[in-house]
Amino acid sequence: METYTAMRHFADSWALLAMTLFFLAVVAFVFRPGARKAAERAAEIPLKED
Amino acid sequence: MKYVTETIVLAVGAFIALLGAAFAQDRLFEAHMWVLFFVLLASTLFMIRRISFAPVIASRSSEHDDGYFDEVIRYGVIATVFWGVVGFLVGVVVAAQLAFPDLNIEPWLNFGRVRPLHTSAVIFAFCGNALIATSFYVVQRTSRARLFGGNLGWFVFWGYQLFIVMAATGYLLGITQGREYAEPEWYVDIWLTVVWVAYLIAFLGTILTRKEPHIYVANWFFLAFIVTVAMLHIVNNLAVPVSFLGVKSYSAFSGVQDALTQWWYGHNAVGFFLTAGFLGMMYYFVPKQVNRPVYSYRLSIIHFWALIFMYIWAGPHHLHYTALPDWAQTLGMVFSIMLWMPSWGGMINGLMTLQGAWDKIRTDPIVRMMVMAIAFYGMATFEGPMMSIKSVNSLSHYTDWTIGHVHSGALGWNGLITFGAVYFLVPKLWNRERLYSIRMVNWHFWLATLGIVIYAAVMWVAGIQQGLMWREYDEQGFLVYSFAETIAAMFPYYVLRAVGGGLFLLGALIMAYNVTMTILGYQRDEAPIPGATPALQPAE
Repeated sequence: METYTAMRHFADSWALLAMTLFFLAVVAFVFRPGARKAAERAAEIPLKED
Repeated sequence: MKYVTETIVLAVGAFIALLGAAFAQDRLFEAHMWVLFFVLLASTLFMIRRISFAPVIASRSSEHDDGYFDEVIRYGVIATVFWGVVGFLVGVVVAAQLAFPDLNIEPWLNFGRVRPLHTSAVIFAFCGNALIATSFYVVQRTSRARLFGGNLGWFVFWGYQLFIVMAATGYLLGITQGREYAEPEWYVDIWLTVVWVAYLIAFLGTILTRKEPHIYVANWFFLAFIVTVAMLHIVNNLAVPVSFLGVKSYSAFSGVQDALTQWWYGHNAVGFFLTAGFLGMMYYFVPKQVNRPVYSYRLSIIHFWALIFMYIWAGPHHLHYTALPDWAQTLGMVFSIMLWMPSWGGMINGLMTLQGAWDKIRTDPIVRMMVMAIAFYGMATFEGPMMSIKSVNSLSHYTDWTIGHVHSGALGWNGLITFGAVYFLVPKLWNRERLYSIRMVNWHFWLATLGIVIYAAVMWVAGIQQGLMWREYDEQGFLVYSFAETIAAMFPYYVLRAVGGGLFLLGALIMAYNVTMTILGYQRDEAPIPGATPALQPAE
C-alpha cells in the first residue's frame, strides 16, 4: 500500500480512537472522586503570593 | 567579567554577517546581511561598554539573586508597548494606502511590503513579546521557582527582537517566501527555531524545577502554545534554499499539499499563538485582578484538552472550494463548528470568574478591559465557525468580512487582554503603588472599544456588499460589476476603517504615555473612579 494511503487509514482509525479515548479519560479523571477539592486548591495557586 | 562570552559571540556573529554580505549570491541577501552586520556590530559595541572588570569573587556575590528573574520581563513589557504602537501605526498606514493608493511609495513602502510588516508587527512583535513576558512572569509565580537557565531568558528576549528586526527589514527589502504569517525566508526561520527552542527550555525547565506540586492551568496553555508553534513553524517552513548565501528557497511541498500545510500552519497560528497563549494570560491575570480564583478549575482542564484536540483540524476551512479534496474541506468545517464548545466554555469560565465581584466592571477600568477582551473572544469565536460553514464562506471568503473578523479577534481579544496584563504588570514590576493614571486607562478602554466597533461594523458592511457585488449576474448570465467597480464602491468603508484603526492607535499612545510615566515614578493627581474606594459612612 502507498505510504499516504496507509497513514491516512491509520489516522482515521486507530489514531482517532486513541485520541478519543485519551480525551474521554481526561474528562473522567477530572470528575474522579476528590477532584473538586484538588481543583479548588489548584485554583488558589495564583492568589497565594504577591 | 560578566558578558564576555556573549560579547565575543556577538562580534563573531557580526563578522559572519559581513562575510555573508561579501559573498552574497544576490543583491537582496547582500542588503539583508548588511542590516544584520550593523545590528550585531551596534550590539557588540553596546556590550563592550557593559563588561564589568571587577574581580570575579566580588561580582559573583553582587549578582547572586534568589528572587524571580524579573528584569527580562520589564524589558518584555516595554517591548510589548513599543511594538504595539509601531504595529498599530503601520496598520493605520496600510488602511490609508487602501483608501488612497497615492500613499503607496515605491518600492519599499508599497502595500505588498507594508502589509506583512503590519501583520507580523502586531502578531509576532506585539503579541509575541506579550506572550514571552507574561509567560515568564506567570510560570515563575505559579511554580514558585526562578526562571530556568540563568541568562537564557536574556537570549530568548534579544534573540526574538533580532528575529523581528530581520523579518521586518526583509519585508521592506522585498524578501518573502509568500506564505501568509510565515513570510520570512529560510535563514530567518532557522534563527527563530533556535530562539524558540531556548524559550521552550527556559519555560519547561522552570516547570520541571517548580516548588509548587501542581502545574497551574495557565502554564498548560503556555506550554501548548510553545510546543505547537515550534511544530507548526518547522513543518510549514521546510524548504530547500537555492544557495546558502541567497534569499530564495523552495518549499518541500508542492501544489495543494503546500496550500494545506500553509493553512494548517496559518489557522493554528491563530489557534495556538493568539488563542492558547492568551488564554494562559486570561487564566492568570483575570483571577489576579479581581482577586478571585477561576470560576471552575475543572472546566478549565476540559477547556484545555478540548481546545487543543480540535483546533489542529480546523485549518482546511481556509481552502473551501479549492483543489483541496472535498472530504478535507468538510472535515475542517466540522471541526471549526465543534470548536464553538471549548471556545465558549473558556469564555464563560473567564467571565464567571467575576462572580460576586461584578461591580469591579464599573469601578476598575482594568477589569473592564479584561471583560471586554473576553467578550470579544466569545464574539470572534462565534463568528469564525459561522464563516467556516461552506455556504457562508462562499459569500464571505476573499472579502473584507474576513479582515473584520480577524481584527475583532486581534484588536478585541488579543489587544485588550494584553493591555489589561500590561496595566497589571507595570506597577508590580517597577514597585509602584499604582499606575500613573487610572482615568487614562478608562480613556484607553473607550477609544479602543469604539475603534474596534467602528472597524468591525464597517468591514461587515463592506465585506457583504463586496461579496454580493461579485456574485451579481444579469438575466443574460453576465457579471453585473467589473472588479474595479467593486473596489471603487469600497472607498467610504476604507476611510472609515482607517478612522477606527486611528482611534485604536490613539488609545495605545495614551497607554504608552501612562506606562512611561508610571515607570518614571509619577502619579497623576486625579479624582478616583466613582465607587472605586468605599464611601465613608458618617458617624451616627
